[in-house]
Amino acid sequence: MTGEVAAKPSRQLHSKSLLAPSVGALLLWMVVPLAMTLWFSAEHYNLLSPGKTAFAGWENYRDLLTHRALWVAMGNTLFLVGLVLAITLILGTFFSLLLNQDFPGRNICRLLVIAPFFVMPTVSALIWKTMLMNPVFGLFAWITRSLGFGTIEFFSSMPMLSIVVIVGWEWTPFAVLILLPALHSLNPEQMEAARLDGAGPIALFRHIELPHLLRPMAVVAMIEMIFFLSLFAEIYVATGGGPGLASTNLAYLIFRDALLGFDVGRASAGGVVAIILANIVSFFLMRVMGRNLEDLR
Amino acid sequence: MNRIWKALALLASAALVAWILYPAGRRPELTIATVNNADMILMQQLSSEFEKQSGVKLNWVVLGENVLRQRLTIDISTGSSTFDVITIGSYEAPLWGERGWLVPLDDLGADYGYDDIFDVVRQGFSYQDRMYAAPFYAESAFTYYRTDLFGKAGLKMPVQPSYEQIRQFAQKLHDPEHNVYGICLRGEPGWGQNIAFISTLVHAFGGRWMDAGLKPQITTPAWAEAVGFYVDVLSKYGPPGATTDGYNENRALFANGNCAMWVDATSAAGYLLDPSQSRVANTTGFAKAPIAKASNGPGWAWSWGLAIPTSSKRAEIAKQFIKWATSRQYIATVGERFGWLRIPPGSRKSTYEIPAYLQAAPFAPLVREAILNAGYTKSGESVPFVEVQYVGIPEFQAIGAEVGQEISAALAGHATVQQALALGQAEAEHSLEGRFVK
Amino acid sequence: MRRIRQTRWGLAVAVWAIALGMFFPILWMFLCSFKTEIAAVAVPPKLFFRPTLENYYAVLQRADYLAFARNSVLVSLGSTLLALALAIPAAYSMAFFPTRRTRDILLWMLSTKMLPAVGVLVPIYLLWRDLGLLDTVFGLILIDSISVLPIVVWMLFSFFREVPAVILEASRMDGATQTEELLHVLLPLCTPGIAATALLSIILCWNEAFWSLNLTTVKAATLTTFTASFSSPEGLFWAKLSAASTLSIAPILIFGWMSQRQMVRGLSFGAVK
Repeated sequence: MTGEVAAKPSRQLHSKSLLAPSVGALLLWMVVPLAMTLWFSAEHYNLLSPGKTAFAGWENYRDLLTHRALWVAMGNTLFLVGLVLAITLILGTFFSLLLNQDFPGRNICRLLVIAPFFVMPTVSALIWKTMLMNPVFGLFAWITRSLGFGTIEFFSSMPMLSIVVIVGWEWTPFAVLILLPALHSLNPEQMEAARLDGAGPIALFRHIELPHLLRPMAVVAMIEMIFFLSLFAEIYVATGGGPGLASTNLAYLIFRDALLGFDVGRASAGGVVAIILANIVSFFLMRVMGRNLEDLR
Repeated sequence: MNRIWKALALLASAALVAWILYPAGRRPELTIATVNNADMILMQQLSSEFEKQSGVKLNWVVLGENVLRQRLTIDISTGSSTFDVITIGSYEAPLWGERGWLVPLDDLGADYGYDDIFDVVRQGFSYQDRMYAAPFYAESAFTYYRTDLFGKAGLKMPVQPSYEQIRQFAQKLHDPEHNVYGICLRGEPGWGQNIAFISTLVHAFGGRWMDAGLKPQITTPAWAEAVGFYVDVLSKYGPPGATTDGYNENRALFANGNCAMWVDATSAAGYLLDPSQSRVANTTGFAKAPIAKASNGPGWAWSWGLAIPTSSKRAEIAKQFIKWATSRQYIATVGERFGWLRIPPGSRKSTYEIPAYLQAAPFAPLVREAILNAGYTKSGESVPFVEVQYVGIPEFQAIGAEVGQEISAALAGHATVQQALALGQAEAEHSLEGRFVK
Repeated sequence: MRRIRQTRWGLAVAVWAIALGMFFPILWMFLCSFKTEIAAVAVPPKLFFRPTLENYYAVLQRADYLAFARNSVLVSLGSTLLALALAIPAAYSMAFFPTRRTRDILLWMLSTKMLPAVGVLVPIYLLWRDLGLLDTVFGLILIDSISVLPIVVWMLFSFFREVPAVILEASRMDGATQTEELLHVLLPLCTPGIAATALLSIILCWNEAFWSLNLTTVKAATLTTFTASFSSPEGLFWAKLSAASTLSIAPILIFGWMSQRQMVRGLSFGAVK
């Protein structure tokens, strides 16, 4: 491992002295929201009845876990995370491969491709909802009608997939942003040599480019997973969780409790459940990507 | 490289210092939170007059209705004195007044014209006879329809249509090939979106949200009939993708000429009659909101008002502002300055006696009637809470959201009406059990 | 030769199509900001129309754009600087002096990030209020840096791991202290990576909407709140919303475009410097 160093006893002391305050500060920084969430999850606390707080123990959790909506939401969350991860990684790799080629206007194309990542999520969702996917005055509706395909009711008939499209559009540029430079850093001589040996583009990809990309792909996956698990703005703007619970994910469910029911206790319990779910997902992700995240071996 | 870091740090600190030292004003200030509806934006524009008159500096926080409500609820329930004047609706005002979070506004002076305010509107903002918010504008429900399409089809819209008639009209006028849909109704899930209309519909069919013991009544036959009608008519004769159409979208659809009929809030009238905003300005007709079995009026009453949190430290100045913004003079100023179609409607009786307004707004008498007959407690039984197109209990936001989502599933064809109502009932019961009610 | 030329052009066309496709929604929004409200929702959608500046005028008149923009800049820069200040020493320790706990700490940090902000809104709101941090730029910087810290630490950790130990050992042989080693050897080596992380953090903080909406009112509100004030369930402001959105995206888009070369350079994983 490149980073490890054989530590002599005198260095050990020094390292701890640098370690303790900085990591300690880090931990303190992060522990505050978590601790508060845990605290409130064990309380009956409704903002609209502020004088009536009481200790709840497990009740909020019991309430939550017996609620049908929670399990639907968790399923939706996993579906969303899995599908968007797959899409952004596949498309991101594909776009990066294309943008890695030499052709006129390559730099401008790169700018255009990464632009969506800079747009605010609520604005993205609004653009897609009202200007593109709206079944009456949206652009897509006009296109499909002109081609004779009638109208697709995106948010009614496939709400979750529509959200996947929106989020995929926002985050594929992020994957490109990380994967493209990785491709750039490939040793061109290696590629040239392989090509001279008669390797076709597919073989080149499989044996040279792809292994090189596995490490950055793991980074992309980890970071995206963090964001996708708590995705909220797009659902809030585009579908309001509906129809039914079709596009309600865990974050939206917590929102309903927190900002519609003003039940802080239950919302906090939902938050804890979200963290547990996230830990489970990242555990599995680590298993899959483990090799490539040498950092954490 | 070090230099770049240093430069950045210097820049940041310089900016911070400059900002901290930004000279603070000496004038008294008010922080006002409001929604971004057209009438409030006008209020914001005109408020420079108030600033000149009173020497008070006004700070505005303008947000969408839902976000604002959430923000305000957190703020006010935790007693944080962030805002001095807040814009709230007839849903929150009694609830918050009851909890002592709002300053009573019964002392705005004799010239304020308390009696001029419609009873229903005043009632909506009161708790135990004390007024906790001053009405800014009020609305009830209408049926909007296209006079040209009706004329072409040889149909006549009665002044008081029934839902059955509406269904027949929708069937005859539904023309998707030409992008004209028989009827547009709210389909977007939300207690202030599709539920607002569905509540009205349920009331019209004789149903109610809760019985006297606060037990949800969502699986009663009246609900089944009402929601069945809604899903049937809207999916057959409505625009595609209606589950994403809220108030905004439907207003755009109607103004663009895509709807033959639209049942919704009266406050859209001014917009629809404005040729710079609407293509159907000359062909829009108005009728009362439809009825079915119950004839106690549209059962839709919503008012926006201005209130003062008790945690505010500038209540007296805030009262001055509120008095200015909700007075007869203000309404007159808006009418003269911006045109009579843009005055905040529905709050005062005197508004409906202004000749210039009546001339510019042919729908005004109908609005007045709708508001007078809005009807709060429904179905003839007396209940311990208020029920119109919402129920005046704290849990209603969550319940409405949940039931709204289930019904939108039925509209989208993912569930039957029965399933949706059963699920809605379960959710409502779940929300009410173990929760702190009042 | 001709085959290659053809493939080259074919490729160019394909990639251009994709790039324009990706950019199109933004372009469409930009166009809509110059339409009147009626034109913005016209069916069929108008590609050619008479442009007007009325939306920009209305938007700029209604809200103090520069104040919002200033706050966005302050918060993005401040949070990034704070996050870097905390993350660099920590990542350094974890990269070069890993203990068995290191992996757990990293994972645990990531998991706190996965707590949906909605769930912790009220507790944080109460805490901020009691600390007097509501509606302050500093309060927003604090919460944004918490939000972005796990990612910053993670990325810095990954970059630091790429530095071969021999370089650092060499500096130690020369008698450098740990701080000197960190500041004068490691940081200059990893500058592209740090810059890239910083840029990413700036972008994430710029687009952060939830905390800005809930923890600020007048003085510290950022451009995300500015945009939100034009989005409403009761008002048809699509053209104006497009104008407001364009105004709030423009700075970060331009900034991102100008600095993307840095990002591209810096985000090279697997390259030994």
